[in-house]
Amino acid sequence: MPAIISRFPAPGAITGCTYRDERVQVRSMSVPWRSCLLPILLLVVAAAPLRAQDHTYSSTDIATGVRLYGAQCQLCHGAGGDTVAGVNLRLGRFRRAVTDDDLAKVIAQGVPPAMPGFTLSADDTRGLIAFIRAGFDPSGTAVKVGNVDRGRALFSGKGGCATCHRVNGTGPLAAPDLSDIGALRTPAALQRSLLDPTRAMLPINRPVTIVTAAGKTVRGRRTNEDTFSVQLVSEAGELVTVVKADIKSMDAGKTSPMPSVANVLSTDEVADLVAYLLSLRGVQ
Amino acid sequence: MSRVTRRPRAGFALLLVALLAGSYALDAQVTSDRLLRAASEPHNWLTYGGTYTSQRYSTLDQITPANVARLESKWVVQNQVFGAWQSNPIVVDGVMYITQRPNDVMAVDAKTGALYWLYRHTPSADAKVCCGANNRGVAILGDLVFMGTLDARLIAIDRVSGKARWNIAVGDVKTGYSITMAPLVIKDKVLVGVGGGEYGIRGFVAAYDAKTGKEVWKFHTIPGPGEPGHDTWEGDDWKTGGAPAWVTGSYDPALNLVYWGIGNPGPDWNPKQRPGDNLYADCAIALDADTGKLKWYFQFTPNDPYDYDAVQVPVLVDRVWKGQPRKLMLWANRNGFFYVLDRVTGEYLSGTPFVKVNWASGLDAKGRPQQTPQPLGSPTYPGNQGGTNWYLPGYSPRTGLFYFSAWENYGTIYRPEEQEYKPGQLFTGGGFSVVTPAPGAPTIGIGRRGPINNWTDEVGNGAVMAMDPDTGQVKWKLRQFDVTDAGMLTTASDLLFTGGREGHFMALDARTGALLFKASLGGQIVMGPVTYMVDGKQYVTVIAGNALFSFGLRD
Repeated sequence: MPAIISRFPAPGAITGCTYRDERVQVRSMSVPWRSCLLPILLLVVAAAPLRAQDHTYSSTDIATGVRLYGAQCQLCHGAGGDTVAGVNLRLGRFRRAVTDDDLAKVIAQGVPPAMPGFTLSADDTRGLIAFIRAGFDPSGTAVKVGNVDRGRALFSGKGGCATCHRVNGTGPLAAPDLSDIGALRTPAALQRSLLDPTRAMLPINRPVTIVTAAGKTVRGRRTNEDTFSVQLVSEAGELVTVVKADIKSMDAGKTSPMPSVANVLSTDEVADLVAYLLSLRGVQ
Repeated sequence: MSRVTRRPRAGFALLLVALLAGSYALDAQVTSDRLLRAASEPHNWLTYGGTYTSQRYSTLDQITPANVARLESKWVVQNQVFGAWQSNPIVVDGVMYITQRPNDVMAVDAKTGALYWLYRHTPSADAKVCCGANNRGVAILGDLVFMGTLDARLIAIDRVSGKARWNIAVGDVKTGYSITMAPLVIKDKVLVGVGGGEYGIRGFVAAYDAKTGKEVWKFHTIPGPGEPGHDTWEGDDWKTGGAPAWVTGSYDPALNLVYWGIGNPGPDWNPKQRPGDNLYADCAIALDADTGKLKWYFQFTPNDPYDYDAVQVPVLVDRVWKGQPRKLMLWANRNGFFYVLDRVTGEYLSGTPFVKVNWASGLDAKGRPQQTPQPLGSPTYPGNQGGTNWYLPGYSPRTGLFYFSAWENYGTIYRPEEQEYKPGQLFTGGGFSVVTPAPGAPTIGIGRRGPINNWTDEVGNGAVMAMDPDTGQVKWKLRQFDVTDAGMLTTASDLLFTGGREGHFMALDARTGALLFKASLGGQIVMGPVTYMVDGKQYVTVIAGNALFSFGLRD
C-alpha cells in the first residue's frame, strides 16, 4: 500500500459543548452550555458546529490556520495537537480556554514559561481558532451531514454496522466500540471510513492472527502493541495479551474486515450515517 | 571473619567508619583534578557523559550478565512536575544531584533516595522553548553545582546547603535564548551553550568563572563580520541564523580542546531564506578550552533544510584506525550518517548511512554530502526528528562498539515558507508533516501523550544500534516497536543499559545485543541510565515517566 500523507493526523470533530463564541452563537442563546449533558439536545448541538463553521469561519480562515499552525504551533503541540499535557487542540480539550475569546487570549499571552505569547493579526488569530475548531480538518466542512434518526436506523438496519460494532453497551465487540466516535473523528474521516475502510483503517486497529509457539491460534483486533507484547480484543470479545516471546508467527492484516458501504447505501444515506456517528459522543 | 570475633570489634569498626568519613570529608570537594580522572572513581558519575570522553562507560562490574536478572528497584523518587524527564543524574560520594522540570535541583541520598534539599528556580515568564520545559542536569565543581535555566540563566548552588551562590544571565530571554543542557566544568570554568534555534537567536558557547560567574570567553557559533566563515551567510541572515548549542560537549585534556555539537540554522525549514553553508550550524566544533578560540570545525549538513541539528554528544575514542593509533571522534548524526572524525584536526575519515537516507546520495572525500532534495510534497528520510537526535550515545572500549538510539523508516514532508523574523517569536520557515500509512493515523515526534503502547511501527520504529566504527556497519541491533529517545550506558561486565518510549528498562549483552534483563516501568525513558556504587554496592539509575528508579542486585 502506498504511503499516504496526512498533514494533520487523526482529524476529530468539534465538540459542540465547548463552543460558545458569542459572535456566532445565535443558537447558544436558546441552548445553554450545560444542556449539552442532555443527550437529546446534544444531537442538536452536535450538528450545529458544522453550521457555525460554515457561517463563522470561512475556508480561507481555516487555510490561514493550517499555515499558521504548521509554522507556529506544531513544534510543541504536535501534528495531532495532543503533545502538550492536558491539552488536545484537535478535540477541543483545553486547560485554560472555553470560548474562542479565551483561546485568543492564550494565543496572545501564552502560558509562561512553557508557551510564549504570539503577536498575530486579528485575521491570523481567527484563522488559527478556525483551524482548531475545525478539528484540524481543512476539508471538514465539505462533507455532507444528513439526518441523525435516519442514520441510526441505517446503523442497525440496512447499513449492517451493528452486526460488528457496539454502541453504548449494545452490540458485539469484533469491531471498535463507536460510543464516542463522534467526539474523536471529523465528518470527513467518518465518511472516509464508511466508503473506504481499508484505506481509512488506523494501523493500530489491524486484524491480527497469531500462532503461538504452543500451536494455538489467536485472532482478534489489535488495540495496543510494543516490543514485547501485543494486546487485542479477541474474536470472543475478550481482552487478551500475547507475549511476543511466546509467538511463532503474527500477521497484522492490512485489509479491513469491514466492507465499504459505497455499494449498499446511497450518498444521502451515507450522509445520514455520518450524522448519526457524529452524534455519538460518549458519556460526558 | 566469624561472628565471635566481629562483635568485640564493633567499637573499632565505628572508629574506622568515623575515620573513613573524615577522610571522605577531606576528599569531598570535586576538584577539577578529580573530573580529569573521573574514570578512576567509577563509584561516582561526575559529569554528564560519565567522563570527559562522554563514552558513558563504567568500569564497575559487580552487576554481570550472570546476575543481572537479580536486579530490583531499591528506591524511587517521584517527580512532582509532569512532562518528559530528560535529566541525567550526577553522583558524588553517595549524593545524587538531579534536576526536574522546569528548573528544580534535588540532592538525594544515592542509597535510599531520601531528599537532602530541593532548590527551585522559577523561570521568567518571558522564557521560550520550542520543545518542552526540559532540563538535562547539573555539573559540579568544588562546593557548587551548576544549572542552566529555561530563561537562559546559569545558577551556582551550594552542594550541601542547596542555596544559590550566584545567578547570572547568559542570554537574552526575551529574544528566545534558553538553556536546557547540563553545563560542562573544565578546570575553573563552567561551560554552557544556549538553545533557541527555533527563535532566530545567534547561538554561542560561553565559559564562566566557577567561583564568581564572571564570563571568561564566548564563542559565537555564527561568525560575525570580518570573522572567517562569515561569508557563508548573506546580508543580515547571520544575526538570526540560530546555530544553538543545546546538548553538552566533551573534552580532551591532552589537546585542551572542548568539542561541541551545534544545532540547526534558522529559519529551520526554509534554506532559501539563508543562502550559503551557514557555518557553524550543524557542525562539530573544537574550541581551545582556555580561550574559546576555534581550532577546527566539520559541517555535517550545509545549508540544512531539514532541522538536522548536530547536537549529538561527541564521543571521544582512542583506537587504531587503518593500522595507526588515532584520536577519534565518533558521531551518529541526526542526518542519518555515522561519522568518524580525527579529533586532533577535524579531518573526515568515514561516513556511512545507518538508516534510510534520501536527502543525500552520499558523502564526498571530505565528508560533504551530495544533496538530493526531494520534490515538494515527497517524503524526506530520515524525518524531522532525524535518524537519531540528542539521545545520549555510548562506547565500550571492551567491545569496540558505538551504541546509540536510531529511528528507522521515518519520513517527513517539508513545507518551506518565507517567514519574517520577529524578536521572540518562532522563526521556523514553514512546517512539516509525517508520513503515515492511513489518513489521520497517529504520528511520531517530540514527546508522547496518552497510552505508551498505542503507537505502531508503521510510522517509524526505534532501534538500539551497535556500530562497528571501522566499517560503519551495524554489528547488531535491537529493533523496538516504538521509537526511542533513550541513552546508553555500558559497563566493564559488557552490559548495555538503555530503554525507550515503551517504558522498558533493559540490560543487553553489549557484544551480541541479547536481552538479559527487562523491567517494565510504565513510562517513557528519555534519558541515559547512569551507574554508581555506595557502600560496596553497584546501582543503576534510570528515569521512566515521572519516576526515577535506582536498581541494585537482590541481596
